[in-house]
Amino acid sequence: MQIYLPIAELPISILTVLGLSGAVGFISGLFGVGGGFLLTPLLIFLDIPPAVAVATVAAQVAGSSTTGVLTYWRRRALDFKLGGILVAGGILGTVIGVLFFNSMRRLGQLELVITLSYVTLFTIIGGLMLTDALRAMLRVRAGKPARRKRQAGTHPWWMGLPWRMRFPHSQLYCSVIPIATLAIVIGFIGAVLGVGGGFILVPALIYFFRIPPAVVVGTSLFQILMTMTGATLLHAMTNQSVDLVLAILLLLGGVIGAQFGGRAARNLNVESFRLLLALLILSVGLRFAIELFIPPSEPFSVVTSEGPR
Amino acid sequence: MNRAGRLFAVLALLAGSAWSAQAESLIAAMSSHQILITSNYTGSQLTVFGVVERDGRTVARADPYDIVVTARGPRRMLLVREKERLGPIWINRTQRRFPDSSLFLTVASNRPLSEIMSPETALRERIGLENAQKMKDAGLDLDLTTSRFQAGLIRILEERGLYLAEERGVTFLSSTVFSAPINVPATAPTGSYEIDIVLYAGGVPLARQTTNFEVVKSGMEQRLASGAHEWPLIYGLVTVLMALLLGWLASVVFRRD
Repeated sequence: MQIYLPIAELPISILTVLGLSGAVGFISGLFGVGGGFLLTPLLIFLDIPPAVAVATVAAQVAGSSTTGVLTYWRRRALDFKLGGILVAGGILGTVIGVLFFNSMRRLGQLELVITLSYVTLFTIIGGLMLTDALRAMLRVRAGKPARRKRQAGTHPWWMGLPWRMRFPHSQLYCSVIPIATLAIVIGFIGAVLGVGGGFILVPALIYFFRIPPAVVVGTSLFQILMTMTGATLLHAMTNQSVDLVLAILLLLGGVIGAQFGGRAARNLNVESFRLLLALLILSVGLRFAIELFIPPSEPFSVVTSEGPR
Repeated sequence: MNRAGRLFAVLALLAGSAWSAQAESLIAAMSSHQILITSNYTGSQLTVFGVVERDGRTVARADPYDIVVTARGPRRMLLVREKERLGPIWINRTQRRFPDSSLFLTVASNRPLSEIMSPETALRERIGLENAQKMKDAGLDLDLTTSRFQAGLIRILEERGLYLAEERGVTFLSSTVFSAPINVPATAPTGSYEIDIVLYAGGVPLARQTTNFEVVKSGMEQRLASGAHEWPLIYGLVTVLMALLLGWLASVVFRRD
């Protein structure tokens, strides 16, 4: 069954979109990532114009993360204090990112920047996570604890920088500087790649700040909800590329998928959670790498210029 | 669709029209001048009907009549990029601009263009995908890479179903009455389209007729699209509220504890 998308200006199969958004919603609920990094490339693959895909996915991610935020809030697995700092830093990073985005577009190398960033970010983050997850699994096999226990007085140097704050929900006593830096970097990457940044935020909070995974997921979803709400409004106001019909379809699939994902997350142990997330991120990176290294079958590409006709 | 009935109406209309001063004249009409996009739109088809009218004094020609129908969609600036190897990776390096290019182009004829006219005539009359795609004032282009880029452009748009060369797209219903279906895929842009119908005999253009149609959004599609442009803030707020509402609703519906 086909439906015409008024802003994307093409018909699309309802079942395909529902299936895709349901699957991505499941992953989103499972790992606490927005899912934009999966959904945006998939929509572009379905011939939806990149600008429409990026803007509409922002709306979808806002909706599906709402469900997650409410669920984690109810379970008290959400740190609003930490989330607030992440949102504030994220806004600053987004502004810098948009400026960089526009200057690269003027130079005509935006596509290369995006592909290269996907490849490097995803393969590095995915690779690091994979080795760590595998090492932890081996330790469990050998009968040792999966991870060295946190001991009083031992913490990485960045946590000890000035302006230390207590985050009781996250069991964290840490300087604001590294947290704000992380938030700015994620806002920047999010603006350039059109993704929420959850896939970087979740591992970073787990590995660099040793925050319990359950709280990390809730807080990351809160940060994503805030940024994506702002991004949807900005896209709607500046380039009118949010497709309401597509957004509704994506939301229907996404929120239902996210419910099942969130439920599945409870039955998943921490180690396999890490391994799966690592494999997922790594495979997206490799998928973009293939595009970069394999000779294209069609070297030409046609785009409509946004400028004067 | 009652095509025969429509054809009859067209012919009745043609019978009353004035005689041309030329030996042959061409009269054409379309099955519709408007394609409305609704929520279940998956593309559409129009038919061009036409009659070749002969002056009573004209002697019968030795060569048969040929018809070439060229349908052009809205024009945009198209950028064509070519991926080249740089070290181990493939990136877009060179780019050509094709200003004033049609996003939709169908060239239909009753037999292959090479049998109808010489390449020189085709070039001069801008007949065929390569010639019709070029902008009007494109002089002699000595740059060979431009034609490579143009070939790439045509190949890609043909794959998307937006460019089409139909060598048997025009059917003669009698020796002087013809019809040509024009397929408009769902991905064809909204806007005005022009149709150019040219009559040839022995490789010489005898008469020409131009008509047009438009592709417009209607109903909810039109209201949504214009709403997005006229009230962007409200449109954005509605989208966000709907997203949050659906997210909240899902957590209520699926809540088990």
